[in-house]
Amino acid sequence: MPPSSPATLLPAARPPSRLRQAIAAVIHDPVMLGSLLLLVLLVALTAGAPWLTAHDPAALAPRARLQPSSDTYWLGTDSLGRDLLSRVLYGGRLSITLAALVSAIAIVAGLCIGLAAGYVRRLDAPIMRLMDGIMAIPGLLLAVAMVALGGANIATMVIAISIPEIPRVARLARSVVLSVREEPYVEASVGSGTPALKVLWRHILPSTINPLVVQATFICAAAILTEAVLGFLGLGFPPEIPSLGSIIAEGRPFFQRAPWIVLYPGVFLALLILAVNMFGDALRDRLDPRLSRKTKG
Amino acid sequence: MNPAFRPQAAPASCAPPILDIRNLKVRLPGGGDRRYAVDDVSFTVHAREIVCIVGESGSGKSVTSSAVMGLLPKGTLTLESGQILLAGRDITHAGRDALQKLRGNRMAMIFQEPMTALNPLMRVGDQIAEVFEFHAKDLGREEVASRVLALLSDVRLPHPEKLRHAYPHQLSGGQRQRVMIAMALAMEPGLIIADEPTTALDVTSQAQVLRLLNELRGRHDNGVLFITHDFDVVAEIADRVVVMQAGRIVEQGQAADVLENPRHPYTQRLLAARPRGDFRAKALDPAGAPALEVRDLALRFETRSLFRSRRRSVDALGGVSLQLARGETLGIVGESGSGKTTLGRCLARFAVPTAGEMLIDGQPVGRLSGQEARAYRKRVQMVFQDPFRSFNPRRKIGRTLAEGPMNFGADARQVHARMAEMLELVSMDRSALERYPHEFSGGQRQRLSIARALMMEPEILIADEAVSALDVSVQAQILDLLESVRDRLGVSILFITHDLRVAARLCHRIAVMQRGKVVEIGTARDVFLQPSSDYTRELIASIPGHAPARDGAKKAFFQSGSGAAGDAGEVRPAR
Repeated sequence: MPPSSPATLLPAARPPSRLRQAIAAVIHDPVMLGSLLLLVLLVALTAGAPWLTAHDPAALAPRARLQPSSDTYWLGTDSLGRDLLSRVLYGGRLSITLAALVSAIAIVAGLCIGLAAGYVRRLDAPIMRLMDGIMAIPGLLLAVAMVALGGANIATMVIAISIPEIPRVARLARSVVLSVREEPYVEASVGSGTPALKVLWRHILPSTINPLVVQATFICAAAILTEAVLGFLGLGFPPEIPSLGSIIAEGRPFFQRAPWIVLYPGVFLALLILAVNMFGDALRDRLDPRLSRKTKG
Repeated sequence: MNPAFRPQAAPASCAPPILDIRNLKVRLPGGGDRRYAVDDVSFTVHAREIVCIVGESGSGKSVTSSAVMGLLPKGTLTLESGQILLAGRDITHAGRDALQKLRGNRMAMIFQEPMTALNPLMRVGDQIAEVFEFHAKDLGREEVASRVLALLSDVRLPHPEKLRHAYPHQLSGGQRQRVMIAMALAMEPGLIIADEPTTALDVTSQAQVLRLLNELRGRHDNGVLFITHDFDVVAEIADRVVVMQAGRIVEQGQAADVLENPRHPYTQRLLAARPRGDFRAKALDPAGAPALEVRDLALRFETRSLFRSRRRSVDALGGVSLQLARGETLGIVGESGSGKTTLGRCLARFAVPTAGEMLIDGQPVGRLSGQEARAYRKRVQMVFQDPFRSFNPRRKIGRTLAEGPMNFGADARQVHARMAEMLELVSMDRSALERYPHEFSGGQRQRLSIARALMMEPEILIADEAVSALDVSVQAQILDLLESVRDRLGVSILFITHDLRVAARLCHRIAVMQRGKVVEIGTARDVFLQPSSDYTRELIASIPGHAPARDGAKKAFFQSGSGAAGDAGEVRPAR
């Protein structure tokens, strides 16, 4: 290597923009592309539910009970003659909204707690012991208790499902902070008089984003499932609000005569969770250099 | 590929060389700045011979050794053409199983970092025994045990009977490296490849390991292919030298010839760039109050335990007293664990001393609070060792440089002017401000790192191993830069290093540290030429290439520089 004169710079290949890199990554990864397409499709279906369905999900039609799929009722009807397609799509909409809210709350709260625990050494032990305590409570039990206390509205549900996720996020964020805070560039910044909050914001927070984005996808999947389980147990939302779990629960007595009532929401739930999980896995492979098989160019 | 046309530097002997590499070409993946990692390389290693491959990072020296071991990473580096002969047998295209039988048995490798090369969960004796389990299955347990013992005593490890039950973390770096050597020697291989085996070691352990390798080849008849970046190590042990640059051999020959009369300009440049004890820094007159004074500084780490008797403590600093004059460069030298880095961290206020005082301009630092403590940050700045980790990879250089002054409320225009000025001082282009750290080489980043520290207009610069991670030629440039910064801005520099050669070149005064204490302090010339403590003498004697040579052709290490000539002979310590 000829010793270049110090003033010359290495060939400046400006890296392509982050967006373009992201698009290229998605296109070249079949798992990522497939799961993302499926996810977009499912979200679009539920978001467009009012326009895609002809029936009100709560409209009773006692004459059209337990009908198989037909031109009028594409996915058939349930035991009260309600349109199953609208119920599944509205239920999915509720699940997805809830999952988004839960992961947003869990990530933001967990991140703040994790940053505090990782950066302020004195707070570390008390905060993390509290988190250990929360982790010891079974998530479902907590949700059942909170719904029983606070009533089944969306706020209670979101909080009930978020709380058990927070310690996991906090631990992850803390571990990233602990390794990044030792980096010389962080010390250099502290050494030039940067206040602690600015150091956190500028130099430490950005490193936590990648693992937390991946974690968010897993929280989404878990939240969808928890909500469905609560609905199935009859502890979810009131019966006039369709939820995937409660649709399956209501269809269970009629499983022999009308299996589609259980089948369609079940398939929808499975596809949704599969898509979210696969997307999360692909994202992790992409973002976590230790697990990625491809060497970066 | 006609062997008749290869230069034959080998001594006359009818046995084929242990290792014969002919026109080796290793291809790099496309898109880089060159096509071959190793380009048309030919050389030989004979029995009982030490051949050194020297070159800077990226010269292809490690790729060459990986190719011999059959350890080229699949898919990225491909052996394109050429031949590798091990004791006359062509192993260029040997299959995986064949190579596995050869490795350890006919050729063995010693790595740079013995801690990661050894299994941390296995006793070292068992790890050596494992070599026999694979290559000599018919040996009985008793036989293996006695051979392991013999090997451990062969590499001069103390108490082999006890030591073989130790885990790697219980040994020192030098001992671990000797265990690695014992493993390599287990099957009496003809060839030992040592890839920078002493780079991670302290200078005294380095000297021991080099002596050991030198001595073992006579007893075990093995050839050694020794990869290094350090010409002084070459001077210490090499019989022959291969100098590589950008994948090509630029020069090879007998070690003494190449070192004394380098023909190729690249070799000449590398040799000239070696840090030499030429004592460039003239002693300062100690007028005026010291910029920084340290009195009995101590830092004790204690393990916490409920029971007083179970608490253990380590004195990282055990009462250090120093003075740093305005404009002076004070070198802190010592081996790992000597407390030199802890001292620097205390002074930069990254660590809190448990006792003692630090005075800046006569004011005690320990009692500074709030606003004053922040102002102290401005007056003392640090330059870090690892140029690749000392910049936030997500931020443009300009934002990193501006961060410090902005924290102290400087306005944008002033900061911009200062950035331009500092970049000029460190000979970097202004366009650097708009770039990201990954676009720069290690040396360039270290320049930027110095520029960042200077942005704060500090009075004191703490450079912690600031040139240790750099190639020699780049190292020389950064040392020149520090010199010019010192002369132009008049900053005091606390220069922490393990490398005595570097310290001798840059510093006015040098403090030698051992186990948290300063054992000797004085002008650079006095410390090196008339060391007063035994420890300093030992350190100086361990500098590679400095000890009296086997053939007597090597020069004494420290020249007297610009002062009175002829006292270089006094350097050699009495043994």
